[in-house]
Amino acid sequence: MSNIIIEIENLSLSISKKEILKSISFQIFEGDFLSIIGPNGAGKTTLLKCMMRINSGYEGTIRFRGKSTHKMSQKSLARQISYVPQSNGRIFPFTVEEFVMMGRYPHLSPFTSFSVEDKDVVSKALHLTKTEHLAHRQLNTLSGGEKQIVFIAAALAQGAKIMLLDEPTTFLDPKHEAEIYTILKKLNRELGMTIVSVTHDINSAVLQSDRIIVLKDGNVMFIGDAQHVMENRILERAYEKSFTFLDHPKTGQKIIAPEVAEP
Amino acid sequence: MKQRKYIVLLILFFLAIGVFALAPFLGMESISIETILKSKGDVKADIFWKIRLPRVIAAFCAGAVLSISGMAFQAMFRNPLATPFTLGVSSGAAFGATLYLKIGLIFSIFGIQGQSLFAFIGAVTSIIFVYGITKTKKGFSTATMLIAGVAINFFFSSLILFLQYLSDFADSFRIIRWLMGGFEIVGFRPVLTILPFFVIGSAIVFILINELNLLTLGDDIALSRGVDVKKVKAALFFATSFMVGGVVSTCGPIGFIGMMAPHICRLLIGAEHRFLTPASFLFGGAFLVFCDTLSRVLIAPAEIPVGVITALLGGPFFLWLLLSGSSERSIFG
Repeated sequence: MSNIIIEIENLSLSISKKEILKSISFQIFEGDFLSIIGPNGAGKTTLLKCMMRINSGYEGTIRFRGKSTHKMSQKSLARQISYVPQSNGRIFPFTVEEFVMMGRYPHLSPFTSFSVEDKDVVSKALHLTKTEHLAHRQLNTLSGGEKQIVFIAAALAQGAKIMLLDEPTTFLDPKHEAEIYTILKKLNRELGMTIVSVTHDINSAVLQSDRIIVLKDGNVMFIGDAQHVMENRILERAYEKSFTFLDHPKTGQKIIAPEVAEP
Repeated sequence: MKQRKYIVLLILFFLAIGVFALAPFLGMESISIETILKSKGDVKADIFWKIRLPRVIAAFCAGAVLSISGMAFQAMFRNPLATPFTLGVSSGAAFGATLYLKIGLIFSIFGIQGQSLFAFIGAVTSIIFVYGITKTKKGFSTATMLIAGVAINFFFSSLILFLQYLSDFADSFRIIRWLMGGFEIVGFRPVLTILPFFVIGSAIVFILINELNLLTLGDDIALSRGVDVKKVKAALFFATSFMVGGVVSTCGPIGFIGMMAPHICRLLIGAEHRFLTPASFLFGGAFLVFCDTLSRVLIAPAEIPVGVITALLGGPFFLWLLLSGSSERSIFG
């Protein structure tokens, strides 16, 4: 196996006396494409936020390349890890270019403006995500799908090796969903970035990622190769419901058939 | 796109210079350029140099301070209705200053006058209270913030009323007149009082331009981009309370500049604080000089308190902002 890039050890977190994460331990390898799935309220978003140190009041240790993230400044952490949050409502009228440029913040030293290198990285991020044509549009005039891709471009401009994404394709139409997975695959395969994505879309998680973590009630129920999550009634136990499986006509991988409601 | 923003900024710059150059010549006595160059002893020249010029400078500083404070609050609370006035910061400062007037203390620490220090403490108390309440209630809703602001406004206003009740007639009138806001100052002393608050406070805001940009996206994104949110917010709360305290203790609580100026600038130039901060600074300063000139000229020889003018212009604007819903559309999308 390749190098461990993030190591999580006995991670616990309670928010107003409710235990959200219960002593979680696992490792993420360099170049991983890891999906985190699990029912609502399992602690998926909280786990991402602990890794980005948005939640910092946890117990246990999170190490980046062997170094506890608590010993890193927020800025130096942001140079290693970037984060794409769940689509959040309110946005001031920034242009796309201004917004993506703000991703360069961890590389700015005080009192300096953006350098040629910063501008270069930003135009590469816009190019890679095919959002150059949006550069001068106002962020709040974009469609949901365009906005999400621009958020990924901004995280990319941060120049980190790891990208955490919280439900990147929820609420998106199939075209934008496909575009986002194409971008993430490219980042993962061509740039060697480590991708950690929280999702409710089990089929996409299986088809797109290398490994999957199933979280339930703040515990890791399963961690392993994406295909194996379909075995041993893991999903049935996680979601407390039955699933119908079928084979993907192109790849032959096992996927979940869409549900037909029976009143 | 970018060029347009530089042009808007340039226009605002010349607007500010223009207002600055014109305002001291206007008033009950119109003064010509030859007069002010005359030797000392000329009454009109004295009016120009010792009364009008310091007044214009003070008004500009106060306007700029209130405007960029409003802008900083709007970024931190992610809400266009957050201003020194609506958050109760002004009334906190006003109470501090009134209390100082009432107890009749006279002291200064490191050259900072007692009244300004009291105003600063009042301002800090308000902002910590309102921010604390808004933060504990999840989701940072407009309603929570406004209610907390109204509550603390009421609280401090009642305390001010109480202090007035305890005062004799002369003191009470002095307090009322001061609460209306105004720049009836003579000489450069009051200007020098405001200056350190103005310089230090706005310097901190200008240094934190990148951080302000990221704070408008919310604490989560700001953290993920590497902003030390707690430290930055503490610095901004300090800077804004410090400048607002300094201004309010000298000029009284002048409302609505903090909301109007940054909002208009955001419509003109967008939300990027690299442009928005200097724009709000220039526009706020120029606008308050304009209002102050109106206050001197409209019913001369009497004066309308400048607080009355900004509120009369600002009140309807505030309602329009609330009712049109443009605060959601144009500012947040």
